[in-house]
Amino acid sequence: MRIPFSKPGTTISNKTGSWKAFRPEIDAKKCVKCAICHNFCPEGIMGNPTKIPEIDFEYCKGCAICEVECPVKAIKMVREPLKEK
Amino acid sequence: MVVKTLNGAKAVAEAVKNCQPDVVACYPITPSTHIAEEMNHYYANGDTKTFIAVESEFSAISALIGGAATGARTFTATSSQGLLLMHEALFNAAGMRLPIVMVVANRAVSAPLSIWNDEQDSMSQRDTGWIQLYCKNNQEAVDSVIQAFEIAETTLLPVMVCIDGHYLTHAVGQVNIPPQSEVQDVLPPFKPKIFLDPENPLSLGVYTNPSHYQEFREDLHNDLLQSKEKIIEIGKKFGKRFLRTYGLFEEYKLKDAEFVLVGLGSVMDNVKATVNELRNENQKVGALHLRCFRPFPSEELKKILSGKTIGVIERDLSLGAQPPLYTEIVEALQGTNTIVSSFFGGLGGRNLDRTAIKVLFQKIKSKKPLKEWIAQQKGDQK
Repeated sequence: MRIPFSKPGTTISNKTGSWKAFRPEIDAKKCVKCAICHNFCPEGIMGNPTKIPEIDFEYCKGCAICEVECPVKAIKMVREPLKEK
Repeated sequence: MVVKTLNGAKAVAEAVKNCQPDVVACYPITPSTHIAEEMNHYYANGDTKTFIAVESEFSAISALIGGAATGARTFTATSSQGLLLMHEALFNAAGMRLPIVMVVANRAVSAPLSIWNDEQDSMSQRDTGWIQLYCKNNQEAVDSVIQAFEIAETTLLPVMVCIDGHYLTHAVGQVNIPPQSEVQDVLPPFKPKIFLDPENPLSLGVYTNPSHYQEFREDLHNDLLQSKEKIIEIGKKFGKRFLRTYGLFEEYKLKDAEFVLVGLGSVMDNVKATVNELRNENQKVGALHLRCFRPFPSEELKKILSGKTIGVIERDLSLGAQPPLYTEIVEALQGTNTIVSSFFGGLGGRNLDRTAIKVLFQKIKSKKPLKEWIAQQKGDQK
């Protein structure tokens, strides 16, 4: 009997980083470490909230919510270079 | 033992109350309305724990999915379009292995609109992964509902108990309803293996990649097939306590019968009465009431039906193809020298009385494989 369930943190094997077409880039000079992007990031991958965000790009889907929410416009989405196969 | 005189819907509701479900969510639809109504009464009188008055059948089944996921015993009742509105969530209930019990008061489907009985509604849900038990009278309905809770909770599969709308739900008769103290003898409390719990968080029915999805469906399919053993076991256990034993199907004067009508639902009581009449004329006829349509007992039917001349009688359709019960019986009897005829009709509440069934017995005696509509009898049209 197989019941489809998962424990917290187990979907970590499903790396979603390859989904993104745009990647967030952070201007460290503008960043005020307010942690608003930490709270809004749906993936929870903005690193330590007391520091300038260090994004885990293995999971960042490029949703741009951080760019929209940043009050000092320190985050900018840039085109992800096309991967050669 | 408590024998009461009441209609099928109220009898079923009382049996459910005696099983003490934790969560009941119903949306009324003819002909299952009385069940919802009675469950609401029981809740208002403090006899059951919860009744959720939902705003649609989709909400009803969704509420039960949530309830069952927390490890609760759950129940709902519906019919026809209501069942069709639940369709999407039925797959989820089975896929997440939630032991929900639902009574389907069988009714025709639109269009044209009809509130009367046939089995097109539940037959259209046969591939959702639910166990389907069909009842031929109100006593069987009461007994099957009590067994359904244990079948569901031990196999972790949802169960549909199908009773014919109006013919059973609205038919008043004597029914023996086991009281709560006696139900407890056969129905153990539900102990779920996996359930939503804040102390031990988990998600149910999560996303799977192509590498895993098929294995889950394979398991569901195999478990559904294996649930046959559990259905027989629980039917026998019930018989030991209440002297009414149930299995996957009921044979009636089948051993020496040459001509057999196979079917499901309330029509089979008429077939049994017809068999009695024809046996008095020394005709070798018999009947088989298929109680368990999902899982389908192919091998078991092959053992007892091969070599006989069979007519499959059913109140349902697979539009644009052969009727579902007929195709599955033919598949089960492949490679045997059995002549199988298909008779379909009696839709939208059209009566199938003993005269109509005698005509069908007459037809299969030609020993030709027929496929035809059950014709309306003279004097039926009003």
